[in-house]
Amino acid sequence: MTDTVLDIRNVSKRFGDNLANDDISLSLAKGEIVALLGENGAGKTTLMSILFGHYVPDTGSVSVMGQMLPPGKPRAAIRAGVGMVHQHFSLAPNLTVLENVMTGTESLWSLGSNVSAGRKKLLDISQRFGLKVDPDARLGDLSVGEQQRVEILKALYNDARILVLDEPTAVLTKLEAETLFSTLKDMARQGLSLIFISHKLDEVMATADRIVVLRGGRQVAERKVGDTSKAELAELMVGRKVTRPVREASTPGEIVLEAAGITVRSGGVDRLKSVDFRLRAGEVLGIIGVSGNGQAVLAQLLSGTIGRSAGDLVLFGKGVGDLTVADAVSSGIGRIPEDRNRDGAIGEMAIWENAVLERLPEFSKAGLVDRKAGIAFATRIIEGFDVRGGTPTSRIRLLSGGNMQKLILGRNLIEHPKILLAAQPARGLDEGAVAAVHERILEARKAGTAVLLISEDLDEVMALADRIQAIVGGRLSPSVNAEDVDAQRLGLMMAGEWGGASDAV
Amino acid sequence: MRFERREHRSTLLVISTPILAVIAALAIAGVLIAAAGAPVFEAYWKILTSAFGSRLSATETLTRASPLILTGLAAAVAFRARLWNIGGEGQFYLGAIAAAAASAHLFAGLPSLLQIPLLFIVGAFAGMVLLLVPLWLRLRFSVDEVVTTLLLNFVALLFVSMLIDGVLKDPAAFGWPQSEAVDAAARLPKLLARSRLHIGLGIAVVIAFLIYFVQTRTVFGVQSRAAGLNPSGAVFAGVPLGRTLVIVAMISGGLAGLAGTIEVLGVKGYVTTDLSPGYGYSGIVVAMLANLNPLGVVLAALFTATMFVGADGMSRSMGIPTYIADVTVSLSLLSMLVAVFFTQYRIRR
Repeated sequence: MTDTVLDIRNVSKRFGDNLANDDISLSLAKGEIVALLGENGAGKTTLMSILFGHYVPDTGSVSVMGQMLPPGKPRAAIRAGVGMVHQHFSLAPNLTVLENVMTGTESLWSLGSNVSAGRKKLLDISQRFGLKVDPDARLGDLSVGEQQRVEILKALYNDARILVLDEPTAVLTKLEAETLFSTLKDMARQGLSLIFISHKLDEVMATADRIVVLRGGRQVAERKVGDTSKAELAELMVGRKVTRPVREASTPGEIVLEAAGITVRSGGVDRLKSVDFRLRAGEVLGIIGVSGNGQAVLAQLLSGTIGRSAGDLVLFGKGVGDLTVADAVSSGIGRIPEDRNRDGAIGEMAIWENAVLERLPEFSKAGLVDRKAGIAFATRIIEGFDVRGGTPTSRIRLLSGGNMQKLILGRNLIEHPKILLAAQPARGLDEGAVAAVHERILEARKAGTAVLLISEDLDEVMALADRIQAIVGGRLSPSVNAEDVDAQRLGLMMAGEWGGASDAV
Repeated sequence: MRFERREHRSTLLVISTPILAVIAALAIAGVLIAAAGAPVFEAYWKILTSAFGSRLSATETLTRASPLILTGLAAAVAFRARLWNIGGEGQFYLGAIAAAAASAHLFAGLPSLLQIPLLFIVGAFAGMVLLLVPLWLRLRFSVDEVVTTLLLNFVALLFVSMLIDGVLKDPAAFGWPQSEAVDAAARLPKLLARSRLHIGLGIAVVIAFLIYFVQTRTVFGVQSRAAGLNPSGAVFAGVPLGRTLVIVAMISGGLAGLAGTIEVLGVKGYVTTDLSPGYGYSGIVVAMLANLNPLGVVLAALFTATMFVGADGMSRSMGIPTYIADVTVSLSLLSMLVAVFFTQYRIRR
């Protein structure tokens, strides 16, 4: 495999004071899968945007199949056979799959649209690469994984020979991600060349032939997948040794939260079906499951944003009725939402306002907000939790995902909550930030906080949890001790096979 | 060329934006004035002198600005919480007619100090009711309030027209459709003798400061801002979404109703269907020009009033159609929207 299909030469790009790409060169052979590995902000997306003609590089050039691409012309890149699958899909939810795929492929001035030929071509491609899809389904009705498939098909429909995928698994469930990677490997075998952007070491090691590591805009390493290890890659990516914290043994205290037979019904469907669990002080209970199985509902219930239809909830030995957000906050439940941008922060508001919003009664007198106290509180969080990139009065939107998550963790943990509800706390974070978040959660556990960890990341749950319960179709399995199970057993539990699970408490 | 979001907005940029927008609008309108065959700078000088050149014109401009401040605030408060109240005009009229009717029939004879505040409450309440109905429809059935509030303007105006041609018709008005005059004790005191300028201006400015204080300093202000910027984030933080919107609607509708009340008590003393030259709609423009800042609303209202009064004078002396005022105000709104965009984004090549 020596025939080079793509050659990026000495590309540099500067945004203001920020050198996003510093003299980066990258080549890609036919049938090869290259992973572009780096933390958030390392310059991966910028490089791919230059390749695709969204940005004009300050210096350097891009050539495809030996032909130099004119800079800043996406259309030329498409014609040369470069297809891009964006992290946030560029599809129209109100059109059908076929319409989405054909959009932009026909002249605006042609009167008729050659739908039948388009359909045939789409079905051919879908068959050839095993990307099953219904051409007449409305895009908005498809799952995220299926929408991504459409985005890939759209690139292939434009005769892409080089496919670029920007963080393709960020929005996918574990299962969907595995399917995607087997498809990608199949595509490479059929002669397509692929670049995928990622900061997840597992998927990079499992899928790529070659790995290019970017850090701070510079190309720091290039490795064949056989010549490297996860540990080395992590170090290259972060620039220092990263070790995820280790859970120490502990003896859990009294039961702080007990759920018995909890059912949540909404839209005529039981989202949670008679769920039981107990949570003790000083332990981490991991709830694991493929997303969409009711864990979001469980998190909302305990966050106080939805009510339950049946069942008992006992908090610190006392039964509670409808738990509101104010109840949850005032009784000492720290809450980390699954989607930090949607639920965890008001992007256009100041960091200090975001820090105090859920506990305004504490930071106000007679209806007036105590701005000084709020800023002091935010300053304490910023210092105590190493939040970088903002001051108390700057807008929270300016923080990176990891720093925003640290702030959210901080506003919950700084007052030592009795219970911490952490829903997908490390989702979408890079390696350094994941380690920081995990460390904080274990610290809280050590200090006696009862942690309910909702996650679909097996490694995360196995690293943090003392006990594990799986959630499948709104039902919760009996709990198992983390010491007694391995990844395979957990995988079975996530698939609903928990026949022999012991009820360890 | 592409647009990138700015990371930081400097204070200088935020303040200079509306000024630059107005200058741009005046420049573009200048082309139109030139096309109409008049000397441009003289025309602008005429606008300025017609609006502020004499005691009479200055007080007249300020009188025009008073209701605009209030309707501007009504729109700004609602828009900030993403409640699209386009119904300021209807709320203005309902506030006006409610106050006029209450003064003529309910509170006639009460002393000014008691009657005027009571009428303010009645007028504001009428405006509130007219906005709470669409809000209820939105919260209960997800009906788009842009449509309902906009259409209710026509309903309200026809309702007022029916009243002043029927039960509330002034028998002493030689058959003209106008409401009975308000009680003499209900007339607002003048700020300046021998002018139409009344204390409504002071009230409007005080309310603007009050709203500014509420929005920036109070729990309710922070919560309503959160509710507008990111509803699901606000819910997660425990902001009662429905209740917040109801309060916002009460303030917004109340202010528009109060604008109508103050206009009828301060200027005319009775209601006709031309009481407002579109104050409710212009309030939206004022709010947008002010970038929804309550203190900015005062300045934006002043600018809009200057243009309207000034263009009247200019057209009389120079023979240019008064539409130039509408055009200039509209242009400044458009250039403001462009300018606001550039305070948030920068161009990248």
